[in-house]
This record gives sequence, structure tokens and C-alpha cells, in this order.
Amino acid sequence: MLNLRRNLLLRAERFRDFGLLVFIIVLSLVIQVRNPTFLTLSNINTLLVNASILSILAVGMMMVLIIRGIDLSIGSTIALSGMVSALTVSLYPTIHPVLSILEGVLVGAVVGTIIGLLVSKFNVLPIIATMGMMNIVRGLTFLVSGGKWISAYQMSVPFKKIATGSILGINTLIFIAVVIYIIFYYFINHTRTGRQIYAVGSNPEAAKVSGIPKTRIIWMVYIFMGALAGLAGVLWVSRFASAQGDTAVGYEMGVIAACVLGGISLAGGSGKISGLILGVILFGILNNALPLINVSPFWQQGIQGAVILAAIIINVLVKRSNERMALRHRVV
Amino acid sequence: MTERKLLTERGFSFKRFFLQWEWLLVLIFLLIHIINSFLSPYYLNVGTFVRTPMTFLDKSFLVLPMTLVIILGNIDISVGSTVALSSVVMATAYNAGISMPVAMLICLATATFCGLFNGLILVRFKELPAMIVTLATLTLYRGIAYIILEDQASGNFPDWFSFLGWGSVLGIPFMLIIFIICAVAFGFLLHKTTFGRIVYGMGSNKKTCLYSGIRTDKILLWVSILTGLMAGFTALFLTSRMGSTRPNVAQNYELEVIAMVVLGGVSTAGGKGRIGGPILAIFIIGFLSYGLGLVNISAQILLIIIGTLLITSVMVLNMRISGKRKRSGFGSHEVGKNLTR
Repeated sequence: MLNLRRNLLLRAERFRDFGLLVFIIVLSLVIQVRNPTFLTLSNINTLLVNASILSILAVGMMMVLIIRGIDLSIGSTIALSGMVSALTVSLYPTIHPVLSILEGVLVGAVVGTIIGLLVSKFNVLPIIATMGMMNIVRGLTFLVSGGKWISAYQMSVPFKKIATGSILGINTLIFIAVVIYIIFYYFINHTRTGRQIYAVGSNPEAAKVSGIPKTRIIWMVYIFMGALAGLAGVLWVSRFASAQGDTAVGYEMGVIAACVLGGISLAGGSGKISGLILGVILFGILNNALPLINVSPFWQQGIQGAVILAAIIINVLVKRSNERMALRHRVV
Repeated sequence: MTERKLLTERGFSFKRFFLQWEWLLVLIFLLIHIINSFLSPYYLNVGTFVRTPMTFLDKSFLVLPMTLVIILGNIDISVGSTVALSSVVMATAYNAGISMPVAMLICLATATFCGLFNGLILVRFKELPAMIVTLATLTLYRGIAYIILEDQASGNFPDWFSFLGWGSVLGIPFMLIIFIICAVAFGFLLHKTTFGRIVYGMGSNKKTCLYSGIRTDKILLWVSILTGLMAGFTALFLTSRMGSTRPNVAQNYELEVIAMVVLGGVSTAGGKGRIGGPILAIFIIGFLSYGLGLVNISAQILLIIIGTLLITSVMVLNMRISGKRKRSGFGSHEVGKNLTR
């Protein structure tokens, strides 16, 4: 009996994902009972489309958290890249959508490069560097746009099609998110550089001593984060067909929350794509389903906060009991 | 290498005295005033210096405890939400028929409780970095404020309540007087008491403090409570100035407050910094935004300036620290990397 329990708890990491999955299923069933429209194809599609931008950002944030960093600037980066690409489209309506996307990714990558430089070379704390950049980039967004909005009629049809169109019968946003997950799943788990990210995160000193280019890895991760935020910016503007100076204010908190729900430790070094997907879906359900079961929209933020708090505390408790079991095992 | 002396044993040296970070801040402060007076002919008069602080002093009450928090090596990003929640609770309590003085006490109590709650989680779950705990409570507190007031504004306070934010005693704004009292109290607490020395000690090395028999949990808890209490003061003054409150007040206060503390020369690695720097930084950023307002420069430019100031001051401070370590033969160790741990 004890043996069985130990085995279960020793596999707590895997158990955690499983528990999260069970929780998601139970939650979905409860919501389904309250409102039968929840588990319809069209609602699931809406849910996924709404969650896709957040999930793209969550991949970048996961890598940032793994190397013990944090990025608070992504909301501003989304606004800037979205604004720049929308401005370009309004000036040159014939521009190809793919070029728009590349433009946004480039803008984001430039922001990421600056943050990475500050964090990796100048040893500025990630939270301070990204908080500063958050202000600077937000200010730049207002400067670039002159405080004006770019509205739907100023955007070309192909540009708006980026988010509303579909590839192989799937909404483009979902398609892009899936492609990004596949790419980064391969990158993180099956390439040398990807594994080095974990090495740097779990023990920076040891990584450095064993010849891993720590500075470059950290820098690279922030560039990836910036580029993904830039991509998300273009998708955001295309989806909502409007670019404003205050687009996505505070969006970074939601992304970090989804990562935390997905079991990514803020102490660095751990976190998996599978957990992340569950975290993103849970976060998406919370956002999508609460209005469906007639929870007042004003309760949403409070519920979100309570869920995040519960998730991080349960995480710690699971880890503690896990370690205690491991110790007991050693004594016996 | 010559024998190193303790800092206190060394004699007074003009060079060292004027190489302090605070002098740089004083210089920036004067520079801003000179530029401002060139920009607007109406700038230089006594009224400016007495009345302008009232426009930015509300959040400065948060700078004082945040200095302690950052010296401790922690961070607290939930202060803005705490301000919003306690302000909303106060307004609701008053409109439910509770008398205003009691409602004000309720406001302070709510804020203190929020701080205490943060502190309790930090003490009970030491594995969690302060950043993520306060991120969760940031969402939670503001969420509760939204639950209480939804999208309404609440106000109708008695007339005398506006005295807190607008009134003045002997020509000096009431808010400024209270701030000076608080600043002196915090300066005394940080620099003249055992409590303050322990805060520095914990910032430099928490484990050593614990093993020397210091109750580190107690200190951490008290700092959290103080942070909550001061957030309550901010809520009082902010609400008084605005005359009414909404759940979305004090948004992004935490960023401005942390920026001020860091600009004031407090090291984000913990254990370094004095109370004077952040106080100077409050007035620098306050007068800077006032001056920009005079020449009609938008608030967005101010965002860029604050961001740049934040990053450059941390970079310069980092270089100073690593430079000192190199000179004293410790080798340049990486500094400022342990905050999010």
C-alpha cells in the first residue's frame, strides 16, 4: 500500500498534469450541465480562437520563466508591433499579409533583443528591465500613432483575413498556434540549444562551468519572446480590426497566470509544453465559460486571482509531499 | 592589499561624501527645476513648490515601505490593487451608513489585512517568489474591488473629507505634513533601530540572519503589514483628492513606485540603499511630470522617460557595485540576479 502511494507521489510531476486534465474535464462537465451550449463545436471553436493568441505568448513566456526570468513588457510589444503593422497597411494597402506578419515579428524581435541585451549582458534584473521597456515601448506606441487609432476601414481585406480566414478548414489563428507549438515542442525537447535552456534555468553556474553559452541562451530566449509577442500583435490587430495605443494593457499577467496554471515553476528549470497546453486551455475555459453560466463579468478577475493563488499553493504542497516521500524512502 | 577598515572607522572624506548616489539625484532635481523655469515663466514661485507636491504625493506613501521591501530583497506588485480595494471598501462602508471616521479606519484595516495576507503566504510558502505571490494577490484584490463595486463609482463623502487631499495647515499642504512625518518615521525605523539593521541584514544574507537567531519570519511579516498600512494611507489621500472612487483607481501604481525606489539608488539585489534616495526620486519624477505638463508634452513621453531612467539607473548602480567588488579584490560576481527567486 505504502509502495503504491510512494509510486504515485514520486510520479507527482506526471500526476500533476493528469490531475489538471481531470479537473478540466470535471469543470467542463459541470459547465455543460449548467449551459448545454458549452460543448458545442462552434463554442469550442470560439474558445480556441480566443485562447490562441494567449497560447502563442505562453510558449515564449514558458522559456523566459525556465531561464528564471520574467517578461512584463509583452503587452506593450503587442501594441507596438500591431500598431506598426497596421500603420503600414493603412499606408500601403497592397502589402502582402505575410510581409505584415514578418514586419510585426521583426518589431517584436528588436524589443526582445534590447531586453535580452539588458538582462544577459548588463545584469539588469528581468523584472526591472522589462518593466522599464514596458513603459518605453508603450510610450513609443503612442508616439508612432500620434495618439490615433487605426480602425477597420483603414485596413486592407487580406490583412483582416489573417485572423478571420481559415487554412485546411481550421481558423488561421488556431492553425498558427498549433504550428508554433509543434515547432517549439521539437525545439525545446529535441535540439541541443533547447535542452541548454533547461540547463541554464536549473543551474546557471553549473551551465556556465560546463561550457554552455549562458549569456547567449538568455539573450536568445528574450528574442524569441519578443518575436512571438510581435507575431501576437499582428494577429491581435487583425482579429479585432483595430489598433490602439492601449491595446493589451496588462495582458502579460494573464499569460503568466496561464503558465503558472500549467505548472511552470517560477524558480526556473522546469516546465513542459504538455502542462502548458493544459494551463492555457484551463485559462481559456475560465474566460469563456464564466459568462456562459451567468457569472457576472465583474467576478471574473476575482475568480482568476483566486484560481492562480490556489494553483501556486497546490503546486508547492504537491512538491513538498513529494520531497518528504523521497526522504522517507531514503531512510527506510 | 592594504588592510581593509570598517566603513565606520574610516575618516570623513569629501570625495566619498560627494560620490554618493544621492548627490547625483540632487543634481538631477536642480536640473529639472532650471529647465522647468526656462520652459515656463510662471514656474518659479513659492506656490509651485508648496502646491505641486499635492499632485503626486499620494503614491509617495507607498515608496517608503517599498524601500524596505526591496532592501529586504523582495518585491510587492500588489500595492496598487490594495489601494483600490481599501478605497472601494471605505466608500461602500460609508454609503452603507457607517460614519466617516470609522469608514476611514476600515480602509486602513482592509489595506493592513491585505499586506498581512501577502506576508502570511510568503512566510508559510517560502518556495514561492514574492513576485508571483503578489502577482496573484494583485489580480485577487482588484478582482474583489470589482465584485464589490462592479463598474460603478462611489463617493458622496462628507465635505471635511476633502481636507485630507486638498487642505493645508499654515500654508503647508496637510498631505505634505503627513508625508514628512511618515518619512521621518520610516527613516528612523530603517536607519536607527535594530529592526532596520535586521532588514539590511536579511537583504544581504537571509540564511545568516536566520542562523544568528533572528526571527526572519516576524520581520518579513511586519514589513508586509507596514506596506499594507501605507497603501491604506495612499487610498485615503487618493480618494480624498478624487472625491469618489472606482475599482480601477491606482492602476500601475506599483510600477511607478518601484521605479522611484530603484531610481533612488536602492539595489534590487537587496541589502543596499537608503531612505533619502527614494524620497528625492519621488520629487524628481513628480516635478518632471509637472514640468512636462507645463509645456504640454503628453503623458506618453513621460512613460518613455520613466522607463529609461529606471533602466539606466539600475545599469549604472550595477556597474558601480561590480566596479567596487573588482577594486576590492572580490572579483566581479554577478549582482542583482536573485530577486525573482
